Amino acid sequence: MGLLSDPVRRRALARLVLRLNAPLWALPVAWLERTMRSVGLEVYTQSFSRKLPFPDETHERYMVSGTNVYGILRAPRAASTESLVLTVPCGSDSTNSQAVGLLLALAAHFRGQIYWAKDIIFLVTEHDLLGTEAWLEAYHDVNVTGMQSSPLQGRAGAIQAAVALELSSDVVTSLDVAVEGLNGQLPNLDLLNLFQTFCQKGGLLCTLQGKLQPQDWTSLDGPLQGLQTLLLMVLRQASGRPHGSHGLFLRYRVEALTLRGINSFRQYKYDLVAVGKALEGMFRKLNHLLERLHQSFFLYLLPALSRFVSIGLYMPAAGFLLLVLGLKALELWMQLHEAEVGLEEPGGAPGPSVPLPPSQGVGLASLVAPLLISQAMGLALYVLPVLGQHVATQYFPVAEAEAVVLTLLAIYAAGLALPHNTHRVVSTQAPDRGWMALKLVALIYLALQLGCIALTNFSLGFLLATTMVPAAALAKPHGPRTLYAALLVLTSPAATLLGSLFLWRELQEAPLSLAEGWQLFLAALAQGVLEHHTYGALLFPLLSLGLYPCWLLFWNVLFWK
Amino acid sequence: MAAAMPLALLVLLLLGRKGWCLAEPPRDSLREELVITPLPSGDVAATFQFRTRWDSELQREGDTDHYFLRYAVLPREVVCTENLTPWKKLLPCSSKAGLSVLLKADRLFHTSYHSQAVHIRPVCRNARCTSISWELRQTLSVVFDAFITGQGKKDWSLFRMFSRTLTEPCPLASESRVYVDITNYNQDNETLEVNPPPTTTYQDVILGTRKIYAIYDLLDTAMINNSRNLNIQLKWKRPPENEAPPVPFLHAQRYVSGYGLQKGELSTLLYNTHPYRAFPVLLLDTVPWYLRLYVHTLTITSKGKENKPSYIHYQPAQDRLQPHLLEMLIQLPANSVTKVSIQFERALLKWTEYTPDPNHGFYVSPSVLSALVPSVVAAKPVDWEESPLFNSLFPVSDGSNYFVRLYTEPLLVNLPTPDFSMPYNVICLTCTVVAVCYGSFYNLLTRTFHIEEPRTGGLAKRLANLIRRARGVPPL
Repeated sequence: MGLLSDPVRRRALARLVLRLNAPLWALPVAWLERTMRSVGLEVYTQSFSRKLPFPDETHERYMVSGTNVYGILRAPRAASTESLVLTVPCGSDSTNSQAVGLLLALAAHFRGQIYWAKDIIFLVTEHDLLGTEAWLEAYHDVNVTGMQSSPLQGRAGAIQAAVALELSSDVVTSLDVAVEGLNGQLPNLDLLNLFQTFCQKGGLLCTLQGKLQPQDWTSLDGPLQGLQTLLLMVLRQASGRPHGSHGLFLRYRVEALTLRGINSFRQYKYDLVAVGKALEGMFRKLNHLLERLHQSFFLYLLPALSRFVSIGLYMPAAGFLLLVLGLKALELWMQLHEAEVGLEEPGGAPGPSVPLPPSQGVGLASLVAPLLISQAMGLALYVLPVLGQHVATQYFPVAEAEAVVLTLLAIYAAGLALPHNTHRVVSTQAPDRGWMALKLVALIYLALQLGCIALTNFSLGFLLATTMVPAAALAKPHGPRTLYAALLVLTSPAATLLGSLFLWRELQEAPLSLAEGWQLFLAALAQGVLEHHTYGALLFPLLSLGLYPCWLLFWNVLFWK
Repeated sequence: MAAAMPLALLVLLLLGRKGWCLAEPPRDSLREELVITPLPSGDVAATFQFRTRWDSELQREGDTDHYFLRYAVLPREVVCTENLTPWKKLLPCSSKAGLSVLLKADRLFHTSYHSQAVHIRPVCRNARCTSISWELRQTLSVVFDAFITGQGKKDWSLFRMFSRTLTEPCPLASESRVYVDITNYNQDNETLEVNPPPTTTYQDVILGTRKIYAIYDLLDTAMINNSRNLNIQLKWKRPPENEAPPVPFLHAQRYVSGYGLQKGELSTLLYNTHPYRAFPVLLLDTVPWYLRLYVHTLTITSKGKENKPSYIHYQPAQDRLQPHLLEMLIQLPANSVTKVSIQFERALLKWTEYTPDPNHGFYVSPSVLSALVPSVVAAKPVDWEESPLFNSLFPVSDGSNYFVRLYTEPLLVNLPTPDFSMPYNVICLTCTVVAVCYGSFYNLLTRTFHIEEPRTGGLAKRLANLIRRARGVPPL
C-alpha cells in the first residue's frame, strides 16, 4: 500500500489541510471542483435548498441552501454499473476539513491504480446530513422529505457500500465507528468486521460507542464493560436518528458506516496515513465484492467490536415481555365472559332466546369515545405544534422552536386531563365491564404496536416494552390509585425519553444535573420533530400517533368512574 | 462518453439455403488503419480498423426478410484476453506484421476504455447489386489514460502505448496507414508536436467538426527504411489545461430510481446540447420480462412539457420467453434535456431461475439511441471506397447531419431474493420431510382397510384339509 509513502504526496496533503483549516463560511465549491478535476475525477456539483419546519436551534439553521460537490472515479473498462461512496459531511464550520484533505489525497492515490472494478464516488456534502439527504434523494430520483435540489448530472450505477468519514484533527488517537442509522437500521455485520480487520492489521485503536474494547472477558470487568457498550447501542438505536451521514444511506440498501477520528489525551497518536491505509484497505476489499454484502447478520447488538448478540438470542426477551400483555388480555377476556354469565343468572330470564344483555352493546359503545378522543389527542400532538408555531409566537414571547416544544408538552399534559371526563357511567349493573373492555382493547393495541416496533427496531421496542408493560398490566381503577398513577406517569413515553437521556449520559460517564437534563430533554424533543420532517425519522409519529394514544387509554382505565 | 460501450451483437441472419461454400473464396486484399487522437485531457484514443472483402456465391433473394432480423444483447460481458486472441486470429497477418503487431494484450488491457467489434455484412459489388461481397470489418478502440499508464506525463509514443513499434507492413495489405489527429498542430497556437513530421495530411469533417490528420503510410518504403522502425511520438508543447472536455451534441444517461424491492422506475435522460437545432432520436429499449413494465406510466418530458413521440412500437414481454421491446421516435428540442421514464415492478422468480449470485443483481441491457445529429461544419459527400475507413464510423448522410448510434450504460437491478443460506436449506429440507410424512400419514388415516376373508377354496382343498386333519397336520 503505497499511500502517501512519497514525500511529494505527503506535502500536498499537508498543503490541503492547511488550506482547509483557514476559516470558512461556506464550502469552497470552486476550489474543490478544481482540485478534484486536477486529480483526474469527473466532477459535478448539486445545489439544494430546504426550509426547515421551524428553526433548528442546536445547529442554528432555518433556511438552508448549500452545494454538494462530488467527483466520480470511473473504473477502467467497466460499464459504471456499480459504485462505492466515500463521503465527508461538512458542517457550517470547518470542523471536518481534515477529512476533506484525506478524501482528496485518497482520490489522487486511487486514481493512479488500475485495479478498480467499481466506480468510486468522492462526495463532500454541505450542511452535513441535510446535504447527504439531498444528494441521496437526487441520486435515486425520489423526493421523500420535500427537499429542493438540482438534478444530478453524473451517476455511477447502483451504490454497493459507503463509508462516511469525520475527522476533527490531523492526528487521531482512536477511530470510533458508528453503525446505527435512520430508524435503527444497521449495516451488514460484515462491513463492521471488515473495518475491524483493518484496524487490527494497521494497529489502530478502535472504539465502539466511545468505549475501548474490553480485553479480559474472564473477569467481571470485561462483560460489565460489554454491557455498558450494549446499553449505549440500545439507546442510540432506539433514538432512531442517523448517527452520522451513513445512516441515510441505509434506506437505499447501501451498507454504510461512519468512522470518526477521536483526538483525546492519549500518548500514542496516529497520523492520517494510518487512517488512509485502513480506508484504502476497506475500499479494495469492497471493490472485490461480487455481490452486495448479504452473508452476515443485518440484525444484531454489539457489546464489543468482535462480539455480537444475534437476533435469535435477543428476540425471546421481547417476546416474553409481550407475552405478559397477551396473558393479561386473556385473563380480562375470561373475566368479562364470566361477568356476562354471572349477569344472566340472577336476571333469571330462562331460555336461550334471550337477546344479548344490553350491557355488552353499551360496553362496546362506551369504548368508542375514549378511543376516538385519545387518537385525536395523538393527532393533535403530531400536527399542532408545527402548524401552530406562528400563532404561538404571536401571542407568547417565545421563539418558534421553543413554541413547538412547549406546545408539544402542553398538548401532552392536556391529554392527561382530558379523556377521563368524557365517558359517562352507563352501566349500573356491571360497573367493572366498561374499564375491563377498555383495558382489553388497550392491551391488545399495545401488544400489537410493540410487536411491530420490536421487529423493525428492536432496541426501541424493547425499551418501550420494559417501561410500558408493567404499568400497563397493573393499571386498574381500584387499589392504590395514586401509586398506579405515579407509575403510569413515570413510564409514559415522554418520561422514558427523559430517563433514557439521563441513563445515556450516565453510561457515557458524563452525568447530567437536573436542569441540564431538562434542557437536553427540550432539545431532544425539538430534534425529534425536526428529524421526522427532514430525514423521515419515524420515532415522532410513532410516539405521537401510536403509543401516546395507547398510553392515554391506560390512563383512562386508571381513572374510570 | 464515459459509459463503456457493451459488446453488442447485431446478427444479421441472411444466409441463403446454399450455406457456406467449402472452397476458399478469392479475397480482396486487407485494408488496415490506426487512428490516434490525442484528447485535451491528456489521454490518447487509438482506433484500429481492419477490413477484408471476399466474393461470395450467395445470392440475395429479394429484400431483407425482417423475420430473420435478430437483436440480442449480453449486458454483462467483460472483454478480456480471451476475446482478443480469437479476434486477432481472424486477421490475415495475425499479429506477425503490419499494424496488428501493436495488439499486445497486456497493454491493451491497461487502458481506461476498450471496445472491440466484429462486423459482417453483405456489400454490393456494383450499382445494380447483381453480385455480392462479404465484408468483414474488425475494429478495436482503446483510450490510454494519462493518469494510469503515463504516470501523469502526457507525452506519448507508439512504444509507450503499445510497447512495440511498427517495423513492416502486412504483405497481404493493400493499404496500411496510421492517422494522427493534429487539428491543434496546424493552428497558430501550437500545442502539439508530432515526430517524425508527417509527409501528407488529410482533412475531413468528423463528428461535425473539421479535423486534420497526419498520414503515415507503411507501404511507403521510405517511411520505415529511414530508421528501420516507425515510432510515432506526440509531444505537448503546452500541456493542456484541466478543463472539462467539450460536451457532444447528443449524449444520454440511464439509471434506476426509487428504493425498496417492490417497484422502481427506469429513467433515461437524453441531452441535446445543440444551441439551435432540434433533431429526432430513435430510442430502442429491451427490458427483461422480470421487470414488469407499466406502460401507462411512460412519460416523456422535455423542458417541463410533455413530449409526444411520433412513433411508438411496443411488444409486451412474455414470462420466460421474450423481453419487452420498446421503440420510440422522439424529437429532442434544441438545448434541452428529455427525460423518458417508465415504472416497473420487480417480479418474483422461481427458485431455480436465480443466478448463482442473485445478490449481485440482474442486468438490464442498455438502451440504443440512433440519431442524425446536425453538424456545425458542412461536409461534402465523399466516396466511401476511397476515403479512410474511420470515415464510415460516423457516416454523413447529406452533408449537414452525421449518424450516431449511442449505447447507454447497462443497469443493475436488485430483485427480491430469498435468503439462499443455511436456514433456507434447512427450511427446504424440513418442508420436504414434512411433506413426505404428511403424505404417508394422510394416506394411512384416510384409507379404509378391509380384511379380505380367505375364500374357502375348492373341493380339492377341502379334501386335502380333511386328510391333513386325519394325519394331525395343520390345515392349509
